[in-house]
Amino acid sequence: MSGLNLHAIKSIYFFELNRFRRTLLTGLMVPVITTSLYFVVFGGAIGSRMTQIDGIPYAAFIVPGMIMLAMFTESIFNASFGIYMPKFTGTIYELLSAPVSAVETVIAYVGAAATKSLIVGFIIFATAHLFVDVQVAHPLAMVAFMVLIAISFCLFGFILGIWAQSFEQLQVIPLLVIMPMTFLGGAFYSIHMLAEPWRTITLFNPIVYLISGFRWTFFGRGDVGIEFSLLFIAGMLTICLGIIGWMFRTGYRLKK
Amino acid sequence: MASIITVSGLTKSYASGHVALKHVDLEIEEGEIFALLGPNGAGKTTMISIICGNVNLSGGTVTVAGHDIVHDYRGSRSAIGLVPQELFTDAFERVIDTVTFSRGLFGKPRNDAFIEKVLRDLSLWDKRHSKILELSGGMKRRVMIAKALSHEPRVLFLDEPTAGVDVELRRDMWQLVRELRETGVTIILTTHYIEEAEEMADRVGVINKGELILVEEKTALMKKLGKKTLTIVLADPLDTVPAELAGWDVTLKADGQEIEYIFDTQAERTGVSSLLRTLGDLGIAYKDLNTQQSSLEDIFVSLVHREKAA
Repeated sequence: MSGLNLHAIKSIYFFELNRFRRTLLTGLMVPVITTSLYFVVFGGAIGSRMTQIDGIPYAAFIVPGMIMLAMFTESIFNASFGIYMPKFTGTIYELLSAPVSAVETVIAYVGAAATKSLIVGFIIFATAHLFVDVQVAHPLAMVAFMVLIAISFCLFGFILGIWAQSFEQLQVIPLLVIMPMTFLGGAFYSIHMLAEPWRTITLFNPIVYLISGFRWTFFGRGDVGIEFSLLFIAGMLTICLGIIGWMFRTGYRLKK
Repeated sequence: MASIITVSGLTKSYASGHVALKHVDLEIEEGEIFALLGPNGAGKTTMISIICGNVNLSGGTVTVAGHDIVHDYRGSRSAIGLVPQELFTDAFERVIDTVTFSRGLFGKPRNDAFIEKVLRDLSLWDKRHSKILELSGGMKRRVMIAKALSHEPRVLFLDEPTAGVDVELRRDMWQLVRELRETGVTIILTTHYIEEAEEMADRVGVINKGELILVEEKTALMKKLGKKTLTIVLADPLDTVPAELAGWDVTLKADGQEIEYIFDTQAERTGVSSLLRTLGDLGIAYKDLNTQQSSLEDIFVSLVHREKAA
């Protein structure tokens, strides 16, 4: 066998997608319903009092933030669950005893989780169009940004799944860290609306750079420059890949 | 016969300081059934787990089919099928899907005909569309064997294949292992049932406290098994063995109170009646007779105890 073990990548990728398929209905219904609720609550109730932010209608302004919020949590949950479950049930023995490299394992698991996360992202995008007219200034950049976000957060979720030793640990980061950071990171408002010192403090929240960058692909402007957003994603990708590389080299929480 | 697995100086120690394997050397020959015997915690599963890639080694080398398990893990792992002791399964998967998945995972292109053959050989074909959670424990074990065989391995590791399995299923499993060997697969099984090793193995290795303390052909062991010891308790002790008894393999035991005679039960003449007759002729009176057969279990127990004493 030379090069990549493509059969293994394909097997794991479709095994994982099959797992998603078993819960397809809830998997697709949840983003549609959540998006609709956000529009009812934020778009309807708050949007009626706050018509525009930076010249953008409020209902349209929150669309990128909603997509990001869903993709962050979906990516982390999918990827962490994908690798945590075999650890939990013991079936990881087969993966560890197979002629599969770390790179192939990551491509397959992260690829599958990112695929689902992207599907959810596009469903929210489509649902949003039922409520509001959203124009996308840079469609290609939007898709590229979504792909990069899905991969980065799935890599992060994969690390979490290897690290976690209980279901509680699996949930604590996405629910207690990522979700609040997203809400405070400008998913539903512009950080320019904040008074000092909160505005400066908010700039230490890395999520700000991601949401701002994604909003740039929609409206051509964000809270911070697009270059900062891209730098942040590059940094996150590098750090996650480094940690995963170390985990596989040492067998951290995978091998005894 | 050529070696398919070579284990040299294999050592495993944990951060806690526990040493699970101490410099183990072992050669497994292609096509044989090798039984690794030992009490719980002896290091059997650790050794298998290292060879298969589930546990990192601390020292030494292992090659499988000529491939080093660390530097050329793709080559070594491609040659191995592993059936762990516990029933680790994806409960919601269908039998045929999980077996097909395993073949792909090991880098083999899809081959429905081969998967069908494996499932038929293991009497799983009728259950191929069942979810694994619907199967009995014995059938789940078969699914795990099917997964391990799905990529046509040259070596099959069966870790405690009959632990917690009832007698009938155990016999089924033994039959299955024999049939697998007919296909040319080398089989290494761990067990703590002596009977299992006696029943199936070509060679037996005994491991205790991380050390391989014996590796022997089962037939050689069976020869030892075939021996019986006749103990003759004398009425009066003897100082030496009378010259007339030189024709028998006898020794004096218990300060001359007993004569011990080791004989082969398989032989045409055991020499027991002639020995007793000669004793009568010599006027040596005895008050009791006792025969004892040595079993693999005796050998095992004495080896393990000797280790404990050391």
